[in-house]
Amino acid sequence: MSLELFLLVAAALFCVGLFGALTQQSIVMLMMGLELMLGGVILGAATAWHYIAPAAAEGQVLIVLAVTAMALEMAIGFAVVTALFRSREIDMTDMAAELKE
Amino acid sequence: MDVAIFWAPAVLAVVSGAMVFRFDSMARATFSLLTSLLCVGGLVVLLGLDYLGIVIVLMMTIEMAIMAVFMVMYMMNPAGFMPMTMMHNKKGAAVVCVLLFLLLSAGILLAPWPARRGKAPADPTMELGMSLMGPQMLTMMTLGMALFATIVATVVLATRRGRYDRLGDDLRARRADDPVRGGVGR
Repeated sequence: MSLELFLLVAAALFCVGLFGALTQQSIVMLMMGLELMLGGVILGAATAWHYIAPAAAEGQVLIVLAVTAMALEMAIGFAVVTALFRSREIDMTDMAAELKE
Repeated sequence: MDVAIFWAPAVLAVVSGAMVFRFDSMARATFSLLTSLLCVGGLVVLLGLDYLGIVIVLMMTIEMAIMAVFMVMYMMNPAGFMPMTMMHNKKGAAVVCVLLFLLLSAGILLAPWPARRGKAPADPTMELGMSLMGPQMLTMMTLGMALFATIVATVVLATRRGRYDRLGDDLRARRADDPVRGGVGR
């Protein structure tokens, strides 16, 4: 096992998540892609901490940040889906296109 | 043995991550994502961060359970077990992601990574706690405020009644029209 192997797994997770975030029409599925991307970031940060600077606690703090971002993303995402569903009865990104205007 | 302990969760994480967007039903996709994130937690434990790895495992288990509930609420078919395809621009996204992966891989394999500096503390959890309560206190406070703001924002977004419902169209009602009496000053 090496730093490169762990980082390659993290990169693969990030790219798979990005594919989901770019392709999914359902907002809930889109959020799943974001979760996978953050999973890749967490693994990358843990790898950097272990293989480059294990004495620095900042690497662990970065993971705490990413884990918190995951929780916040999900909470806000579901609240937005609830608000959208309540006002328009939609849960698809394509039907909410007017939000970008 | 160490190699097997790495490869099993690593391959499973990526494969089940990819299966999230291949499965025909959202319920299966949720459990596939859960598998992937549990493997990420396992790999974090393998890297020596036991506490954070277990936190990820616990958090993701609960998060995916909540996600399954939302699917039952919003999907066009109960529990999302029926076949479905809800994707757009598959080819373009695949090209972008493959190119990005190749770019990241090239960077990972060609970058002159620095040598390991310092030794891992005997108790990384203690180190994290001391850091968050000491030099990284500002980070902890920011996270706390962000979590609090999220609680307020989610309640505001998810609630049916807005300020116009409570105080009238011109927001000039002397008393809020709430279904339950109470609150500050009443």
